Amino acid sequence: MSVLVYIEQVEGKFKKSGFEAVSYAKAIAIAQGTSLTAISIGQVDEQELKELGKYGASKVLNVNTDQLKSFVNQAYASVISEAVNKENADILVLSNSFSGRGLAPRIAVKLQAGLIDGAVDLPQTEGGQFSVKKTAFSGKAFAVTELTSAKKVIALMPNAFGVKEVNEEVTVESFSPEVKATDFSAIVKEIVRATDKVSLPDAEIVVSAGRGLKGPENWGMIEELATLLGAATACSKPVSDADWRPHSEHVGQTGISISPNLYIAVGISGAIQHLAGISSSKVIVVINKDPEAPFFKVADYGIVGDAFEVVPQLIEALKVHKG
Amino acid sequence: MNPYDEIALSKAIELCEGGKGTVTVLNVGESATEPTIRKALAIGADDAVRINAAPRDAYFTAFQIAEYVKNNDFDMILCGRESIDYNGAQVAAMVGEFLDIPSVSIIKKLDYDGTTATLEREIEGGKEVVSITGKFIASCAEGVAEAKIPNMRGIMSARTKALVAIEPVAIEEVAKVVKFDTPAPRGTVKLVPSEDAKKLIDLLHAEAKVI
Repeated sequence: MSVLVYIEQVEGKFKKSGFEAVSYAKAIAIAQGTSLTAISIGQVDEQELKELGKYGASKVLNVNTDQLKSFVNQAYASVISEAVNKENADILVLSNSFSGRGLAPRIAVKLQAGLIDGAVDLPQTEGGQFSVKKTAFSGKAFAVTELTSAKKVIALMPNAFGVKEVNEEVTVESFSPEVKATDFSAIVKEIVRATDKVSLPDAEIVVSAGRGLKGPENWGMIEELATLLGAATACSKPVSDADWRPHSEHVGQTGISISPNLYIAVGISGAIQHLAGISSSKVIVVINKDPEAPFFKVADYGIVGDAFEVVPQLIEALKVHKG
Repeated sequence: MNPYDEIALSKAIELCEGGKGTVTVLNVGESATEPTIRKALAIGADDAVRINAAPRDAYFTAFQIAEYVKNNDFDMILCGRESIDYNGAQVAAMVGEFLDIPSVSIIKKLDYDGTTATLEREIEGGKEVVSITGKFIASCAEGVAEAKIPNMRGIMSARTKALVAIEPVAIEEVAKVVKFDTPAPRGTVKLVPSEDAKKLIDLLHAEAKVI
């Protein structure tokens, strides 16, 4: 028995959400008294692959065939399932990233396995059960789900489990499974990736603003604050609907859900649909001139004041703090 | 009706407009779902099927859908990205795997020229555009279509459109929700006076340790 963890690569590099998945999988492997194997697909340097030993993998399956160098949902699902069978693993862990969400259910069906999509905690196994907590009702509650199948697939919510260094001796092994042609039916035509900014789903710090900013021309101070913090920028639904900001910045029930370490909300009232997108944030800061704004009820820190006076002060203070 | 399913339904109807195709709406549910299925017919679906079972988990639901599709020919299957209670987003990709056809989860855009579909999904920091010629399933997020509302003619015709109930196929259980928990309350907010806003930076650094 072993635990297998799939870790995504982007341009040959692993991301923090991937290392989180490895640390999470290692914790499960330790609890189960077994070893951890990782699988990477695509062109990744030996040195980068060996990094996974730092987080607990004792073996890395390196799938580096030409066919599979770019992500193809159906094909990757087949490869990972083959690896599960090859390693005789009972538990597969991966990140609940955008791609993970398309992969995990397919793998679960191949393995006839129960799936936890968006786990926020380690599995509980007392009394011979295997149950895992995940968010439900758009983040307003948690669902504890028991997996009763022989094999189990867990997709870990990004930023829900900390990266932990354990330093395992690691060997890298080449793995080249056969993949059937029909697994490549969907053809990726184009990938558009903004390389200059911090990607919102991956960001540890997010500066977000809403209608309180009054117009798109006022976003300069938000962007400046974000740059100083090394943060990504986000916005509320009305702002995205009005095209003041790109739709990819819309955070909320019908936008994207994020769980950064720090979420700073400027001029956002905190409607329940917006909260649904950020409720898993570790620390929430709210800046709003309305003391009755519902957002203050879920905030850890708050400033009741005019954004146009408060944000410049924060920018100045940050410059001093850094300099 | 799940707002994401409304989007998927509206897109399906849009793609089939003008006699280009037909839309069958499928639901896994007990008889209480029939009024909602009738609403889908009123919005513009041509006929409906209800698989008579509670949708106990994604694996079960996906299996039922796949079994039905295996016995009936469809070019494209569209559904909502996730249920609004469990937020699983599992069904579409599971159906794809059961049927051995491509699946694209959580799409923001879908164009179809009669043989090839071009779909867009979000990835971290960007988007991926995928092209599929042949059968597939996609789960829809906001942006794929504007949700249509039923008009009077639709409501009237919905009453006579076919709604067939069929029995589910047995399959073992793999996952079940044991309980729901509410999150621990966050505690009260620590307010910083607006004249002294810079104090917030010190707190975030020294106390919260997030910067």
